Amino acid sequence: MEILKHDLLIIGSGIAGLRAATAAAWASGGKISIAILSKIQAMRSHSLSAEGGMSAVLYPEKTNDSLELHAYDTVKGSDFLADQDAVQVLVEYAPKEVRYLERIGVPWTREPDGRIAQRPFGGMSIPRTTFAADKTGFFIMSTLFSETRRFDNIHVYHEHFVTKFIIENGEFRGVTAYDLKRGEFKFFYAKAGVIATGGAGRLYRFTTTAHSTTGEALAYALREGIAIKDMEFVQWHPTALVPSGILVSEAARGEGGYLINKDGERFMKKYAPQKMELAPRDIVSRAILTECMEGRGFQHESGMCYVGLDLRHLGEEKINKRIPFIRELAHKYAGIDVLSEPIPVRPAVHYTMGGIHTDTWGRVLTADGKWVRGLWAAGEAAAVSVHGANRLGSNSLSECSVWGRLTGEQAAKYILEQPPLSSPDGKVVEIAKKEEARVFDKLLHKEVNAPTPYEVKRQLNDIMEEHFGPFRHGSAMAEGLAKLKKLRDVSSYRVVDSSKVYNQNLKDALEVDGMIDLALVIGIGAYARMESRGAHYRLDYPKRDDVNWLRHTVAYLYGGEIKLTYTPVTITKWQPEERRY
Amino acid sequence: MKSLVVKVKRFDGSKTWWQEYKVDISSEKISVLDVLIKIKEEQDPTLAVRYSCRMAICGSCGMVINGIPRLACQTLISELGDSKITVEPMWNHEVVKDLVVDLEPDFEKVKAVKPYILRDTKEIYESDVEFGQRPEDLEKYYNFAYCIQCGICMAACPILGSNPKFLGPMALNAAYRWSADSRDRGWNARRAVIDAEDGVWPCHLAYTCSAVCPRGVDPGFSIQLLKSAILRRRARP
Repeated sequence: MEILKHDLLIIGSGIAGLRAATAAAWASGGKISIAILSKIQAMRSHSLSAEGGMSAVLYPEKTNDSLELHAYDTVKGSDFLADQDAVQVLVEYAPKEVRYLERIGVPWTREPDGRIAQRPFGGMSIPRTTFAADKTGFFIMSTLFSETRRFDNIHVYHEHFVTKFIIENGEFRGVTAYDLKRGEFKFFYAKAGVIATGGAGRLYRFTTTAHSTTGEALAYALREGIAIKDMEFVQWHPTALVPSGILVSEAARGEGGYLINKDGERFMKKYAPQKMELAPRDIVSRAILTECMEGRGFQHESGMCYVGLDLRHLGEEKINKRIPFIRELAHKYAGIDVLSEPIPVRPAVHYTMGGIHTDTWGRVLTADGKWVRGLWAAGEAAAVSVHGANRLGSNSLSECSVWGRLTGEQAAKYILEQPPLSSPDGKVVEIAKKEEARVFDKLLHKEVNAPTPYEVKRQLNDIMEEHFGPFRHGSAMAEGLAKLKKLRDVSSYRVVDSSKVYNQNLKDALEVDGMIDLALVIGIGAYARMESRGAHYRLDYPKRDDVNWLRHTVAYLYGGEIKLTYTPVTITKWQPEERRY
Repeated sequence: MKSLVVKVKRFDGSKTWWQEYKVDISSEKISVLDVLIKIKEEQDPTLAVRYSCRMAICGSCGMVINGIPRLACQTLISELGDSKITVEPMWNHEVVKDLVVDLEPDFEKVKAVKPYILRDTKEIYESDVEFGQRPEDLEKYYNFAYCIQCGICMAACPILGSNPKFLGPMALNAAYRWSADSRDRGWNARRAVIDAEDGVWPCHLAYTCSAVCPRGVDPGFSIQLLKSAILRRRARP
C-alpha cells in the first residue's frame, strides 16, 4: 500500500470540488499541496450534465432584481425549510462567482451590449438565470477543470475510488482509495479534506443523473460518525426524456415551452395559475404525475406515461441559439424533431436536497453538532442547507461554485495555521491497511453464493421507485423499509472479476454497498416525517405541518443502526406562509 | 425481440483476444453503451468499459464501433443497420483493459498549451469585475469550446499513428480556443509551444479528426486557423 501525502484532499471533481481546488490554490499562494480525487476521470463529473443555468443577481440597477428577492424566492421554493442565513450567503456570493467564472473563460451567452444574458426559471420571480446556451454545466465544468491546470500545486488523481474516510479523535486524517488504472490501493494522508462527491440519483431507476451518481461516499461518511441531513427530500425533475430519463432542461420552459396533456391542454393552469410551467419543480412534477394518474397522459411503448413538452411555437432560431442541446437530445434519444412534435417527458429523480450535515460555512458536523476538524463538504453532497425541501432550478450551480470557493478558502487557511504534515502514525496506517484487506481480500474473492452487485442494485432501484417515490404513504414506506433492511443483510457480493487493474466489478460492489445505507437514510427519514413539504409528499399527511416539522432531519449511525435526531431551521426574515404560484 | 452479436476486442494486461456475446434486445433505439452495460450486468462482469453520463456530454465512452471511432452512448443500434457489432478500444492509445484506454497522455498535451486565460492572474482572483465579451467575440471561439476531451479525434488522427509526440487535434484545438478568446492575452506563450516540430506542422489536413468529432468541434479547422495566424504573424488568431 502506497502512502501519499497532500495537505488538502478534495474528494469529487464536479463544480464544487474543482472550485474548492482553485480557491485553495490561490488562497494559499501556492504554498499547499492539493489533491483532487475523482472516481472517474476528473473532467467527466456529473456537474457537466447541468443544462439550464446558474442563478445570480447580476445587474440589479437594470433589472430591478435584488439579493433580497433572490433569497425570498429561494426560501419560498424550499417550502421554508432552508436556513435563511445560508441562503443569504448564497445570494451574496453567487454574483461574485458568476463574474469569477467569466474571468476564467466561461462562454456565457451575451446580450448585444456584452452583458451576461439571463433567462427566466421556475420559482424565480425575475429572469436571473445566467447561462451558456443549454450546456451551462458543461461549460463551467470544462472551464474550471482547465483552470486547475494553471496551478502546479493541484494534483489530479483520475479514477481513484475513495473507499473510506479516516477520522481519528474528531479530526480528519485522510482517505483510502482504489486506483483503478494501476490496480493499486493507496492511503492519502492529509491535514484537511473537502467532500464534494455530488448526489445519489442512481438509487432510483428513472433518473436524469449519470451512472456514476451513486452517492456511496455519503454512506461512507455516515460510517465514520458524520451525520446526514434532510435526505428524504429527493427532487423529481419534471421533464426527463422518455424512455431514457435524459434531462430536458427547465430552460425549455424558461424560454417559453408549454406542457400539454393528451387533450392538448396546458394543464399547469390548474395547478399553478400564475407561474404555470415555471412553478417550482415539486409542484410541476406532481402535476404531471396527477395528469397521468387521471388518464390524461400519453402512453409510451415502454409502458411509461408521459406528457408533451411543446416547443413548436418558439421558432427554429430561438431553439438553435438558446436550447440547441435539447433539440439534439430529443432527436437522438427520442427520435423526434422539436420543431414539429412535442417532446415526450415525465418526472425523473434529479437531485438530493439532503446531504452531509454541515454548518453555514460547509464545515462537516456530527449529529451533536460538533465539527469534524479539518473536514468540509460542498455542493450537492452537502446540506448547508439552502434548498430545504425543494431546490429551485439554477440554484445548484450557484451553490456548488459558492461553497466550493468558501470551503477551499477555509481549508487553505486552516492548513497554513497547522504545523507541516508529518508522517502518519502507526494507528492510522493500521486503519488504512485493514481497509485494504477488506477491499482486496474480502470483497475481491469469488463469493459464489452471494448475489451480484447488479442484482442487488436492481432490487434497490425497485424498492426506491415503488416505496419512496414522489407520492408516499406510511404503510407503503413501512413495507419498503422492511425490504431495505433485508437487503442490507447482504454482506458480500459475487465479484467475478479477480483482477486488480480496472476492476469495475469490484468498484460496482463498493458502490452498491454504500447505496443501501444511503437508501435506508432516505427511507427512515421519509417515514418519520409525518407531513408534506416540498418534494416530500405524503398521501396520508398531505399538509405541511410547521408546528411539528419545521426542522431538519439529522441521521446518524449508532451501533450499526440508523437513528434520527432533529435540528431547528434558521429563520432570520421570513416566517412560513402558504406557497402559491 | 432482436438478437445481436457483439464482438469485443479484449485485453487483460497480457493477452488480447476477440470475444463474442449474444444479446437480445427489445428495441433498436438503445445505444451501444446500453448493450455493453447489459453484457456487463447479465453475462460478463469482467468486461471493462468506461462510461458515465450516457448523454454524449461527459466524453467517457469513446471506442471504435464497426471501424469508426465514436461515443458508444451516442451510437444507436438502429443507426448501425447491422445485427453484428464490432467494438474495439480507441486507436493510438495504450489499452488499460478491454475497452478502457489511457487518456492521460492526451490530457498532458492539452495542459502543455496552457488551456486557461493568460493575463495577470491577480486580475482574475482579486478583482470582482467582468472582463466582458461582445457576442461577436464569443462566436470566434465558441464552437471550439465544445470539446469534451473524449480522445476520439486523437484515435482517428493518422499522424498520431506514426508520431505519438505530435500534439494532436485535441490539444491544438484547445490552443486555438483559448487564444481566440477576447479575454485572453496568451497567444505569444502558446505560439511558442505550437510553432514547433511536434506542434501544428505535422498535421497534413486529413481532417479525420473533424469527421469523427462527436460534438462537431472541427479541430482540423482550428489547426489551420492556428497555422494561418502563425504564418501571417498575426497578433492573435
